[in-house]
Amino acid sequence: MTRKQRRLTIIGCSLAVLGIAAALVLNALRDSIVFFSTPSMVAEQHIAPGRRFRLGGLVQPGSLMRGDNLSVRFEVADGKDKLPVTYKGILPDLFREGQGVVAEGSLDRSGVFRADTVLAKHDERYMPKEVADALKKQGHWKDDYSDYGKSAGAVASEANVQTGQGATR
Amino acid sequence: MIAEAGHYALVLALGLALIQSTVPLLGARWRDPALMNVARSTALAQLLFAGLAFAALVTLHVTSDFSVLNVYENSHSAKPLLYKITGVWGSHEGSMLLWVSILALFGGLVAAFGNNLPLSLRAHVLAVQAWIAGAFYLFILTTSNPFLRIPNPPMEGRDLNPVLQDIGLALHPPMLYLGYVGFSISFSFAIAALLEGRIDAAWARWVRPWTLVAWIFLTLGIAMGSYWAYYELGWGGWWFWDPVENASLMPWLAGTALLHSALVMEKRNALKVWTILLSILTFSLSLLGTFLVRSGVLTSVHAFATDPTRGVFILLILCIFIGGSLTLFAGRASSLKQGGLFAPISREGALVLNNLFLTTACATVFVGTLYPLALEVLTGDKISVGAPFFNLTFAPLFVPLMIAVPFGPMLAWKRGDLFGAMQRLMAAGIVAVLGVAFAWAWARGGSALAPLAIGLAVFVIAGAASDIAERIGLFRVPLANAVRRARGLPRSAWGTAFAHAGIGIALMGIVCETTWNSEYIGTMKPHDSIPLAGYQFTLDGLTQRQGPNYHELAAVFSVAANGRPLSLMAPSKRNFTTRGMSTTEAALLSRGLSQLYISLGDTTPDGGIVVRIYHKPLVLLIWFGPVLMALGGLLSLSDRRLRVGVPKPAKALRGLQPAE
Repeated sequence: MTRKQRRLTIIGCSLAVLGIAAALVLNALRDSIVFFSTPSMVAEQHIAPGRRFRLGGLVQPGSLMRGDNLSVRFEVADGKDKLPVTYKGILPDLFREGQGVVAEGSLDRSGVFRADTVLAKHDERYMPKEVADALKKQGHWKDDYSDYGKSAGAVASEANVQTGQGATR
Repeated sequence: MIAEAGHYALVLALGLALIQSTVPLLGARWRDPALMNVARSTALAQLLFAGLAFAALVTLHVTSDFSVLNVYENSHSAKPLLYKITGVWGSHEGSMLLWVSILALFGGLVAAFGNNLPLSLRAHVLAVQAWIAGAFYLFILTTSNPFLRIPNPPMEGRDLNPVLQDIGLALHPPMLYLGYVGFSISFSFAIAALLEGRIDAAWARWVRPWTLVAWIFLTLGIAMGSYWAYYELGWGGWWFWDPVENASLMPWLAGTALLHSALVMEKRNALKVWTILLSILTFSLSLLGTFLVRSGVLTSVHAFATDPTRGVFILLILCIFIGGSLTLFAGRASSLKQGGLFAPISREGALVLNNLFLTTACATVFVGTLYPLALEVLTGDKISVGAPFFNLTFAPLFVPLMIAVPFGPMLAWKRGDLFGAMQRLMAAGIVAVLGVAFAWAWARGGSALAPLAIGLAVFVIAGAASDIAERIGLFRVPLANAVRRARGLPRSAWGTAFAHAGIGIALMGIVCETTWNSEYIGTMKPHDSIPLAGYQFTLDGLTQRQGPNYHELAAVFSVAANGRPLSLMAPSKRNFTTRGMSTTEAALLSRGLSQLYISLGDTTPDGGIVVRIYHKPLVLLIWFGPVLMALGGLLSLSDRRLRVGVPKPAKALRGLQPAE
């Protein structure tokens, strides 16, 4: 083999691997990304039942009901609209009424959000960023949250530890 | 007083870094050894002052001086001493101080042990180190000063986030930072080589041990973080594909590629340009990780810090260093001469393949981590890219890499014999097939792919073993001879074998845990009994306890196997009074390499408690693998050839000889 041929072989292999990787990435992005919505966005957009998305907002005070066998039902509100959520499993340590929550799952035919994952905020100040942004946008941002940025930065902690979203799962 | 001294030490360190970043470069330009030697003394003095600043912050935390904002916000006088110390890097400011201290440590090490480096190379390397250090000192002093005082000191601090009050946190961030920051050395060497326009195999000999040190720490740091998440977060997960984890995985992947390409450069003087590029990319990814974690741009539970000035500052550092180094690379790379021809089927070819897959896998992680951010900035859509994405992209790229791993060491440099390598790997292949058959027969349920993945893991492990067997002539020469040959084998060969086997072992643990994990989640009352995976779990009782800074609800389970009592397990749930937060302390019981895992949920009104009980088969292998890899790295680092080779670079010696 000449130098040129060798180089071409290596470049060819690289392009092949990169091509495969690009195909994998595009395929995975199509299938596995999950959009974020708030209850009022759900009301506006008419998301089809069965489509997975993340629902974020505040847990409506007084809405939490515990059923048999670890099943729970609560409502997620963003100040404008509310959406009922059902979930079966252990709620995170930091799940409280009146505080921020992000749930992942899909709507069923009756318009109830069936969550398979519930993430709560991480300490008493921290609000999931997407929830905070959405609430701000809709003008339901309360002052006692708005200082979370500053104090959360200070309160909390080593962001470098590998907590993971499972932290609060 | 201590706070002011610490602050002053930090300012002095910045001043020294500024001197170190300019004077040695001028010295190198004017060929003035005295000016070039300034780098050595300033690097050591910088280490002293950064170390003093860090020691000052530790002292403030230990003495619970709540007149300092950082101590007030992250400490509590009732906190155990160990967590007072580890709490230093539990906050943003403290962890940045740790970051620069480690940077100063590496700079100091190069200065102290770099006597055999050519003077101008050392001057360049230390100057580049000082640019990085200067930028980060400035960052700390302007946006995240840990020594700020509070005008009216409170009596008591606000305590550290309880999730972080754990021995895992004591060691994880320093390990990770030793890894991250350690890659700054190979970066500085790369920039120095580009500035000097000269690079040779001896350069790779200097870079490789430093890269290896950083890689060992990063490997251990990631593994430790994963184990910490596993036992502390209470639901038995060990990897979440969280952006912050990805931020540490990306430099690891690039650093692993760098280790391998530096090998080619050292041995065969080839892949120079690529090695330089990888050095730059690896440290750039470390900087990116720092940015992702420290700026709070991520929608992640990690993103506590949300002060935009910090984010913008680190972004600026990121752009200047990555942009600047890549521009320099683009301008100068073509002047580096290519060397060492090799056939596609050869050791070099195998290492190129390794680099190809590692960097591509790294690129997919990069896309998965940054795509949501980019999309949000560009369109405002919020999406999350989770585990499914990475399973669909990362895993398919790692499979061919794992298949190729045993072939690499079997191929000769320059031109290899693929058929011969296959013959020598025949035994490993047979063992792998047996592994598949065994997994198939033993498995109850789970994915059909799992036994194949087990086979792949076995193949990698057996391949590493047969590489050693092949080298020492096991079964071909008398046993005593083989043992003697094993003793004489270079340590780097053992290092390679251990590191490669470590990958296989980790894979085996991952496959077993994810496929054959069994769990019970439900409510239990005292004296209830649950069977799981051949064990019988009985809840004996619940008790309340008082810890130093928390209340604790502890449960006691007795575990029995085949009707015989085995042991007691005591998971608990701690409520930290200062912050009103609770943490879950899981109880672990190791059975061989498998583990039983119990964590507690909420209590129910009727006196029961929600529990999660897991049986995780061979889960410990997930962390034994990385430990073995790090051990391999350590063996390789202690290789005589690496140490003896360093002081005798061909080029440098020639420079000292009289003109011919």
